[in-house]
Amino acid sequence: MPDQLLFAIEVTLNGLMAGVLYALVALGFVLIYKASGIFNYAQGVMALFAALTLVGIMEGQVPFSHLINAIFGTEIHHFGWHVPALAAIILTIAVMVVFAWLVQVLIFRHLVNQEPILLFMATIGLAYFLEGFGDLMWGSDIKKLDVGLPQGINGWIDQTTFDAFGYGFFIDNLDISATIVAIILVAGLIIFSQYTKQGRALRAVADDHQAALSVGISLNFIWVLVWSVAGFVALVAGIMWGAKSGVQFSLSLIALKALPVLMLGGFTSIPGAIVGGLIIGVGEKLFEFLIGPMVGGATENWFAYVLALLFLVFRPQGLFGEKIIERV
Amino acid sequence: MNAMAGNYVTADGRQIGGVVMEMKNITLRFGGVVAIKDISFDIHEGEIRAIIGPNGAGKSSMLNVISGFYHPQEGEVWFRGSKRPPMKPYEVAQQGVARTFQNIALFEGMSVLDNVMTGRLTHMKSGLFSQAVWKGKAEAEEIENRRKVEEIIDFLEIQNIRKTPVGRLPYGLKKRVELARALAAEPKLLLLDEPMAGMNVEEKEDMSRFILDVNDEFGTTIALIEHDMGVVMDLSDRVVVMDYGKKIGDGTPDEVRNNQEVIDAYLGVAHD
Repeated sequence: MPDQLLFAIEVTLNGLMAGVLYALVALGFVLIYKASGIFNYAQGVMALFAALTLVGIMEGQVPFSHLINAIFGTEIHHFGWHVPALAAIILTIAVMVVFAWLVQVLIFRHLVNQEPILLFMATIGLAYFLEGFGDLMWGSDIKKLDVGLPQGINGWIDQTTFDAFGYGFFIDNLDISATIVAIILVAGLIIFSQYTKQGRALRAVADDHQAALSVGISLNFIWVLVWSVAGFVALVAGIMWGAKSGVQFSLSLIALKALPVLMLGGFTSIPGAIVGGLIIGVGEKLFEFLIGPMVGGATENWFAYVLALLFLVFRPQGLFGEKIIERV
Repeated sequence: MNAMAGNYVTADGRQIGGVVMEMKNITLRFGGVVAIKDISFDIHEGEIRAIIGPNGAGKSSMLNVISGFYHPQEGEVWFRGSKRPPMKPYEVAQQGVARTFQNIALFEGMSVLDNVMTGRLTHMKSGLFSQAVWKGKAEAEEIENRRKVEEIIDFLEIQNIRKTPVGRLPYGLKKRVELARALAAEPKLLLLDEPMAGMNVEEKEDMSRFILDVNDEFGTTIALIEHDMGVVMDLSDRVVVMDYGKKIGDGTPDEVRNNQEVIDAYLGVAHD
């Protein structure tokens, strides 16, 4: 096989892996948008906050230590223990559930029946608040996140492909784990929404609030549930991105990468988020590889947005979104 | 207790049971507007009870009070022998009161079957995990729920559209799907808000037949609101007549038909 083709295959594989990570972030958006019509700008910050909390708990950091030290003149930073990764993840999930409940009780319960733009503004406010709150609680330094996922080049793939083609593919173990985790997560979400009572109630609420009430569904409960699930998805995305590039402020910007994914896949479709993520991931890597050298590179920064723009023009509902039909 | 309290036998010989729901001196205001003024009536088990009246009489408000969408400022709601505290609509539904809406509230994106299945939500008790892995109690429960739902779908003659997304259906069929969803809950009390609104004569006849059959076959207690006098008189066992938020008549269709106040409200009366 010619080298050029082998490179292209390697680039495609890496693109698929990157796409999985985009899809993970986009999923959180889709969940909340489907159930409540809210475009949750804070999804990226939720991923950051979840990752910060996870690291904080694992390292035994004292929450609000800077604040406490400034007020009382103390010098405490750590409890002096380390929590195992699994226990810390479970604790972080609990924190995200409490967060979901607070968001519902303090913000969205008071905004029922308001314009979508108002709800969107509320999530912008939430994003900035949460960003500052996360800093205050856990500090703003860049943190290393290691939950025990394998990292670095996968030797087996490298060796096998080298033996077969005379060229070893570079695939990161972390990307492989991310893909496996994403597959499990998506399968779980689909089973949850299609086969359980709560999932059916969730789809009902997404469709018609009044009708949902009349068959005995509590809207508040469903919304807390949805925000909790979105918080869980944010945690998974936060773990994967955090393990890759450290837990830091820029993690919240992955939300911007999710936007073109949503425009491609449609805001209301879970499979759409996955496929959209993969297309963007592969597309931007291949484009950079094939066209990049001709235009001076750095196409990864804009490729996704241009693709999304094209979709907005020719297929505004996305690949899998619900077609907007107006019956007259 | 009013004069009609206790069991009775209808004109066509059906045995009617005790009181299921009783409204006592209900008053509902929206700001300064009085939508319902001091109204009392009861609904007996197994009967078809109609609430009629001209436009703006407060019929829909009354239905919304029963189903918990509105909360009256004064008066008491008694359900199955105990006073009902102010409740959210979903709690009322969980107690066994199902309803349909005047302007249809269905889950447009879901299939007919899924819509009707949501009516069974209050009957699903098994845990999240067992539902997800489809084992044990959940499996038996889902099979039982599906059986019940298919029975209702058969009964209302909508088998051929089971898998169709509701958004694509014509108006008359949507109304029938909504009825199916309400029935799936096996309600202790079924509320129908203008089940025949916007239908042509043929569709109205179909709907009337279904309402009578539901009452007959499942023994469902039905309270319905209608605007069209003719339809109501044929369907119902007892009728409450409202006008400007007040009750102006209550009794069998014949009694109501001959009530001077009711005639005046419907035909208008000369003011001299």
